Amino acid sequence: MKTKKTNSNQLLMTILKGRTFIVLIILVVFFSVVKDNFLDPTTLTMIAKHVALYGILALGMTFVIITGGIDLSVGSVVGLIGMLAGGLIQYGLTLKFAGVTLYFSVPMIVLFMLIIGALIGCVNGLIITKLNVAPFIATLGTMYICRGFANLRSGGATFSDIAGYEGLGNTGFKTLGSNIAGIPAGVYVFAVLAIISVVLLKKMPFGWYVLGVGGNEKSARLSGIKADKIKILVYIISGFCAAWVGMINTAQLSAAHPASGDGWEMNAIAATVLGGTSMAGGSGTILGTVVGAFVIGVINDGMTMCGVSEFWQKVIRGLVIILAVVIDQTQRNLQAKMALQARNENK
Amino acid sequence: MADKSNVVLHCEKIDKIYPGTKALDGVSFDLLRGKVNVLIGENGAGKSTLMKMIAGIEQPSAGKMYMDGEEVYFKDTTAARQKGIGIIHQELSLFPNLTVYQNIFMCHEHKKGLFLNDKEHIAGAEKILKRLEHEIAPDTLVGDLRVGQQQMVEIARNLIQDDLRVLIMDEPTSSLSAAEVKVLFKIMRELLAQDISIVYISHRLEEIMEIGDHVTILRDGKYVADADVKDIELSWIVENMVGKNTQYHRFERSIDLDKAEKILEVKHLTLPKKGGGYLLDDVNMYLKKGEVLGIYGLLGAGRSELFECLMGMRPEHTGEVIYNGADLKIKSISDQIKNGFAIVPEDRQRQGLIQTLDICKNTSIASMRNYVKGIFLNNKEEEKAVDEQISDIHIKVADKKLPILSLSGGNQQKVVIGKGILTHPTVLLLDEPSRGIDIGAKTEVFEIIHDYAERGLSIIVISSELKEIMAIADRIYVLSNGKCTGELSGDEITEDTLVRASYAGLGTGVSA
Repeated sequence: MKTKKTNSNQLLMTILKGRTFIVLIILVVFFSVVKDNFLDPTTLTMIAKHVALYGILALGMTFVIITGGIDLSVGSVVGLIGMLAGGLIQYGLTLKFAGVTLYFSVPMIVLFMLIIGALIGCVNGLIITKLNVAPFIATLGTMYICRGFANLRSGGATFSDIAGYEGLGNTGFKTLGSNIAGIPAGVYVFAVLAIISVVLLKKMPFGWYVLGVGGNEKSARLSGIKADKIKILVYIISGFCAAWVGMINTAQLSAAHPASGDGWEMNAIAATVLGGTSMAGGSGTILGTVVGAFVIGVINDGMTMCGVSEFWQKVIRGLVIILAVVIDQTQRNLQAKMALQARNENK
Repeated sequence: MADKSNVVLHCEKIDKIYPGTKALDGVSFDLLRGKVNVLIGENGAGKSTLMKMIAGIEQPSAGKMYMDGEEVYFKDTTAARQKGIGIIHQELSLFPNLTVYQNIFMCHEHKKGLFLNDKEHIAGAEKILKRLEHEIAPDTLVGDLRVGQQQMVEIARNLIQDDLRVLIMDEPTSSLSAAEVKVLFKIMRELLAQDISIVYISHRLEEIMEIGDHVTILRDGKYVADADVKDIELSWIVENMVGKNTQYHRFERSIDLDKAEKILEVKHLTLPKKGGGYLLDDVNMYLKKGEVLGIYGLLGAGRSELFECLMGMRPEHTGEVIYNGADLKIKSISDQIKNGFAIVPEDRQRQGLIQTLDICKNTSIASMRNYVKGIFLNNKEEEKAVDEQISDIHIKVADKKLPILSLSGGNQQKVVIGKGILTHPTVLLLDEPSRGIDIGAKTEVFEIIHDYAERGLSIIVISSELKEIMAIADRIYVLSNGKCTGELSGDEITEDTLVRASYAGLGTGVSA
């Protein structure tokens, strides 16, 4: 009797653990039945493009949320980086005091943007740790600031000429938005960043420290972990990821628009939470987040293809997120129960 | 200590000042090499504070520390660890979300190049746990372990350090079973043989007599005495720990308690502990009308849990409660307040006060429904009641609209007591009412307790300070490990009987 119950618990546990993946498969099957062209290469390429954007943001978000924080600024950083990159290509950097305008090569621009993204993350981290501001508030502030600067860069206008000029030697930015061997460039970036993230979280001491700070910050400090440094680093990672998304998105659209990335932080948080990362901090996996990003991407594009109105899409997305958290809670409770059971049996 | 070669670490006149209190006052301390150095003192005597200085968790306000004749300064735990100092904290400082091996090797990771070498971690964890006679699978989540097992992981974390010279153990046995304590003592002897010095803090005096080599006693942040364990007896420890100077005068009672009726009786009260065992184990007790009943016991004896049961915060308890001659079914806190119970909780800041409200609101909040007319609050009546209460228990306030934190600790505590009394209780439960307040305020709190008892209020007081409970209580129950191990009244109440009863329920099987 008892073993039977334990077995059924274990089965339930396996299902719960793989739930996001199961949901993903169900979604894909559902949409491919409803829409014949859902599995066409063009459709899949489009979905992959979107998944890469949400996914890269969600990678950074996963690190932040594991430490018990949140980064609301990433959507605005996407917009700001897009405008800065687009502006640099179209108009260059004018130094008034010297009376010159500098144009940079694309690799240089990419490097600058990544540094700026990381710096914004660093500012977030410093405000949170050194000024002791709650992460929600600190990043809400930088969210508005970054969006404001994105609009200030062009006075609200769009930079539509990001192809660059042969004569200036700054062509090639659009490669980030094109397909390489049939696969969008963003997907490659997503894949590489995801692998780096797995290594960071699983294979290096940094991962232990991130999990440690999220699990019990006081213990972390007592163990000698520099908790503030770890927190600043996770926001830097998040800003770095957002900078990639800002550039890839601009390249995909062939234009930089200051409203780009509006609300994307919510997609990133949703993907992270769907992937099993606990908002309370202390637990989460990169693989889960990747699957979570696919779920978000498939739901969004699938519903659009099926002609579900934008308004209903929002309702459904909201329900999916709540459901995901409820199931997550159920899993945790079951896990605790099973641990208690195992303990009692051992005695 | 004339022979300096025996001293591994020496503290010279250490002061530690926290806002409002001096936790350590010129304490000098010699940590003897290869010995179990025991620190003894009541709660708040400064034992843990002194150890925090040595482990680098906090830094002294004044004073110096020396190791091997050289002055040392530990700006953080890492600096202390580099000198070979490890600490096992009173409150477990583990990561429940990580595995056993991750916890053990946190900040001491084995690496292959840049990457973690988990094979070595797992093998290392297995080896160390085997030595501790606790073969827990290294990939188990620490959050899934029993508290005793977690304690072993905490100990294991310190043992992986090759250059460990000093191990500080702050009440390591408070959550261990008797068998686990035996293992711990065995390990301690092994460590001593490896020339590792141990600092051991415990309230369980019988343990100290078994494992300790040298005893240092602190009281109110000051050094009191030190001696070798072989030269002393339990009563010497108790005497020095409690002190002779701070004598509270015993209150004379005008009520004849022998003739008073029993207002509350608890029979077979049992409260199971999460994960096995009992927080309260078949406790029987009664309270008479107008009586001041004391509850004495060590940390974790089940004192606060008893109050939590009576206040309806522990619906999982079993047993009978007879109140005013009738069977009482305890359902919820608000029901218990209606039934005439009031509690002054142990942690004033976290449980007793609402810091954002003013003095007036903090006093009236539990009895708010008495001042309601229709759906509105009758401010006049509320303020009148608060004014009366404030003058009745002599709270020193300039204006009752001031923020609660503008008051001194003692007056804050009186507000919490006043709040309880304003609900017009029949039974008042006071959990450590004198904690963290100065001696003058303590005396006043005792007078308030005595005063209300004389007026017929029945009061139960928890205290871990011997002198206090002996001064204030008419009768005392001693709790030990969830069991009631003594009922003392009148002349039976002595420091010795109280202390002995307080560990009678532990059953660590120590040969006398």
